[in-house]
Amino acid sequence: MNERAKEPERKVLLEAEGITKVFGSGTFEVKPLKGIDLKLYAGELTLLMGPSGSGKTTLLSILGCILSPTEGHLSVAGNSTTGLDAEGLAKIRRKHVGFVFQGYNLFPTMTASENVMLALDVRAAPVVDPPGHAVAALTAVGLAHRANAFPSKLSGGEKQRTALARALAGRPSLILADEPTAALDAENGRAVMALLQEVAKDPNRAVLAVTHDHRTMPYADRIVRIEDGRIFSDDRPDKNAPPQSHDHHAETHHRVVSKPVDSEKSLRGRYRIRRHA
Amino acid sequence: MQGQIDTSALTAAEGAKGKPKIVRMAGKLAYRNLFHDRLSLIVTLTGIVFSVVLVAVQCGLYIGSERMIAAMLDQSKGDFWVVPLGTKSFDDPSFLIGHEKHVVLSTPGVASAEELVVGFAGWKKPKGGTTAVLLIGSDHKLGSLKPWNIVQGSIPDLAVPDAVAVDDTYFADLGVEKLGDLAEINNTRVKIKAVTHGIRSFTTLPYVFLSLPRARMLLDAAGSQSSYALMQLAPDADAAAVRAELTKRLVDREILTQAEFRNRSVDYWLFQTGAGSALIAGAALGMIVGVVIVAQTLYSSTKDHLNEFATLRALGASGGYIHKVILFQAIMSAFLGYGIGMVLSLLVIWATKGTTLVIVMTPGLAVLLFALTLGMCIIAAISAIFKVTRIDPAGVFSR
Repeated sequence: MNERAKEPERKVLLEAEGITKVFGSGTFEVKPLKGIDLKLYAGELTLLMGPSGSGKTTLLSILGCILSPTEGHLSVAGNSTTGLDAEGLAKIRRKHVGFVFQGYNLFPTMTASENVMLALDVRAAPVVDPPGHAVAALTAVGLAHRANAFPSKLSGGEKQRTALARALAGRPSLILADEPTAALDAENGRAVMALLQEVAKDPNRAVLAVTHDHRTMPYADRIVRIEDGRIFSDDRPDKNAPPQSHDHHAETHHRVVSKPVDSEKSLRGRYRIRRHA
Repeated sequence: MQGQIDTSALTAAEGAKGKPKIVRMAGKLAYRNLFHDRLSLIVTLTGIVFSVVLVAVQCGLYIGSERMIAAMLDQSKGDFWVVPLGTKSFDDPSFLIGHEKHVVLSTPGVASAEELVVGFAGWKKPKGGTTAVLLIGSDHKLGSLKPWNIVQGSIPDLAVPDAVAVDDTYFADLGVEKLGDLAEINNTRVKIKAVTHGIRSFTTLPYVFLSLPRARMLLDAAGSQSSYALMQLAPDADAAAVRAELTKRLVDREILTQAEFRNRSVDYWLFQTGAGSALIAGAALGMIVGVVIVAQTLYSSTKDHLNEFATLRALGASGGYIHKVILFQAIMSAFLGYGIGMVLSLLVIWATKGTTLVIVMTPGLAVLLFALTLGMCIIAAISAIFKVTRIDPAGVFSR
């Protein structure tokens, strides 16, 4: 079942080996990830797809250095995360990882350009002209004219593009996007995916997007499917081939019914699922 | 803009020549968070302003009381005081045995000495009625303690035998209206020949300044008796040796330094009577209320922005960075609250000017208040910091 795509001769920006995650213990033990091996290559947009409860978000959290794996080894831009504490993981995130969230997670009290500058500050990335840099990042996503707008005045698509500009600020080598099109209409979803595709063309950057949205597939250089905590398939689709119908593996037959606060609980909560009729 | 990404501007910005600098946004984020919710800001500032005004008034009253208690001592110039054994304060007078001034002057190392006669007496008002007063008899020519802040009359005017000086803030209590009015002390006629302003006593009994012989006469004291003897040391004198010699020669009397007598007086009125403790307790209460209100509003503001703090954490912000944002919020609140609180405190002080309430604001108290306000806000930020310390960055996914 584990079809593995032929590995390209490109720089590996993320390498995960035998990633396993266990939440809880005894009868309450949940194992959302069961030995994941994954490499992300520079210049590629990889989609991580799978049904609810398959372990996508847990894997994204681990690859983004937000959670530590129970077992396995992770290396981001050549930096091993093994044994790092919360502050050590935060340092890896701010140096090498840019995030794009489903709910945008922009700071409502800051303008679009200030949101980007805030990311520069968090990354402690020294730049010659910080406001100019922020506007340049917004220019890159076609939002220079909205630089001084607050998030409440931006459309969903504009918010997500601002979030992408924020992720690009400081030039992280890895962009991780969590359901980047889920809150967008079809047109804005396409625009954001096209941007991610363009961003991924940078030979020093890899992009991984977790998604349920099959409309995003044409933009992917690679599609990794995960099911029951294991990689189910790993394909590099032929972009010249005619479009195919949806892969029903990824349809949402399950729904998350609780969202606890702490990460162990919140992610464990994702596996307390209810089957639809 | 379908999929068009032009990173050339970003590349150009990154390649710009010049000195790279790190942008500082934590302060701006704190400022925006603070002013985003105006109602919460008003509640925070109300708490801080309430604390600042309450603490300022209580501390101002404390300092004012201390100054009132020590006013006579602060106006006197001397190194040692000879006081009756067991004297509790300057305003708790009794008489020394007698001849202390001569004993003091005959002690090696003493440059000069003066006597003070202090005692309670009955003041008969010109239009009827009596009230208790505290007589302060001193040598107005050579002595160091004499009426000050004189607004009418003069020190030489007090040389007349029946002359007294009183404070205009006590005119109503004394039943007099102006310079030249007559009254009686212990059934002896006195005439107001000088008027001071603002010399008030902590006990509320009006001070009446008069000459040393007149005070002795009115208080039935012998010519060699006084309440206190105040001396100044010669420039090269050994203070400890002089004190030891005086203690040996003046049995049943105490030799106190100026500071010791001052502290004893202040301690008696402010702490043994409980008045000062009440003021300090009031100030402490103000601080506690301030801390609680600010802590509550900062905590709720942090909770309101929890998703943003989680996002910051997910973006890689260190714990210190997030704590800095909260501390900036607390510090900005402190500055604003302190500014408004000080203006209101000064208004209260201005409004009570000329009344029996003596509230004092000194530069030292202003600095202390600022430090307390800052400390209060930082302590209040701790609960919010605890909240974000437990924040879970994984919570930002799939909201």
